[in-house]
Formats: sequence, structure tokens, C-alpha cells
Amino acid sequence: MRGFVVTVLALLTGLFCSSVLFLPAIGDEDSAPNQHISPVYIAQSELDTGSPNIVTGTLADYRGFDTMWETTVMYLSGLTAVLILSKSTMGRRPEKEDDYE
Amino acid sequence: MMKDPFGGMLLNTAFRILVPFSLVYAVYVLILGESSPGGGFQAGVVMGFGIILARLILGEDSGIFNIRLKNSLALAGCGTFIYTLAGWLTLAGGGKFLDYSFLPVAMEETHELHALGILMIETGVTICVMMTILNIMDAVVRRSED
Repeated sequence: MRGFVVTVLALLTGLFCSSVLFLPAIGDEDSAPNQHISPVYIAQSELDTGSPNIVTGTLADYRGFDTMWETTVMYLSGLTAVLILSKSTMGRRPEKEDDYE
Repeated sequence: MMKDPFGGMLLNTAFRILVPFSLVYAVYVLILGESSPGGGFQAGVVMGFGIILARLILGEDSGIFNIRLKNSLALAGCGTFIYTLAGWLTLAGGGKFLDYSFLPVAMEETHELHALGILMIETGVTICVMMTILNIMDAVVRRSED
């Protein structure tokens, strides 16, 4: 079983590493991300969002919905840390099978 | 929490200077995040750093910085709610979700509305990040004191 897992992991690692060869060169203006929406953001960001900072304009305005759930994920992670580390048994799985009743 | 003060007198005095500066710098990063590098996440981290320092130095005497765990949990949720409230306000103003041009505030310029909306959501993010850091620290400290 262990040898199987190691083999699968090695295969997957090799696959993912080989995909690096197909990435476009850094700064290549013909690559897909630089063709599609980035020029629009760079040209329109200040007009659309009123913010001279393109990063803020993208993060808070174009991608506002994304950032909202990022904030929620952060809140939930803090809550989970508190729940795991506290002594309270709320939401915890019972130790014996009989306690399910 | 944090019954024993941290470090000796020298460390406490040295770190005491850092507390007001880090708090003021956090507000600066938050307000200017719209036009310069920075923003809600960074401001929250710097503000949490200041509060944690104040608690490490002063322990239980840290007054306003000695936020109870239940309060900081609720405040972290409030930060998330402020963000969502911005979205709801734009819905109430007749626009799409998080389209700041439709915030129901009387302002002439559209980009001023956008700046206001961005400031509002960044404030929510700041409160959430700051209180989450305090939550985790509180949980770890409680666990180690048992």
C-alpha cells in the first residue's frame, strides 16, 4: 500500500513539474493572460474604480466578491482554531459509539 | 490571560514605544491603501501586532486592549458583516452587488463613491483580520494555561 502511494505521488509530482515547461516566458506579451483582460484592467482601472492603485482597484472593486469570501474564510479559520483548541465539547465527535444515541 | 508579564523591564520599556506607532501606522496603511501600497489585510496585521504587544507587556492591566475571547470572536464576525453590508447597500441603491457607483450616499463624483465603498470594505477586512489574530492567540494562551 505504501509503495503504491509513493508511486502515485511520484508520478503526479513528475506530471506537475513537467507542466512548468509549457508555461509562457515571464513578460511574454503574447501569452493568454496578457492578451485577455489585463490590458483592459491596466487601461480602465483608474476610470472605473477611481483608485490610482491598480492592485486595490482589482482586489476591492473588480474582484470584490472574491475578497468578500476570502474575509469569510479568514473568520472561519480563526473560529475553527478557537474551537479546536478550546476544552468545550461543542460540535465534537463523541469518543464512544454508544454516545451517538 | 497572560498572567506573567513578558520579558524584563528593558524589553517591556523598549516594546512599549512600538505600540502607539504600530497602531497609528496601521490606520495610515488602511486609509492610504486606496492610493498606495497597503490595504485592509496589511492594516489588520499591523494593528493586531500592536494589540498583541500591548497585551504581552501589560498582561491583564492592558485595559482596552484586553479583549475577551467572546468579544473578539463577535467582532471578527462584525468585520465580515461590514463587508457584506457594503454589498447590501449597493443593492438597496439599485445597483448590482458590490457595484459602488450605486451606494445610497449623496456624492457627485462616481469615483468618490468608489473610494468610499473601498474604504468601507477595507475597514471590514481590517477588523476581521485583527480580531482573528487575537482569537488564535487567545486560544493558544488558554490552552497553555490549562
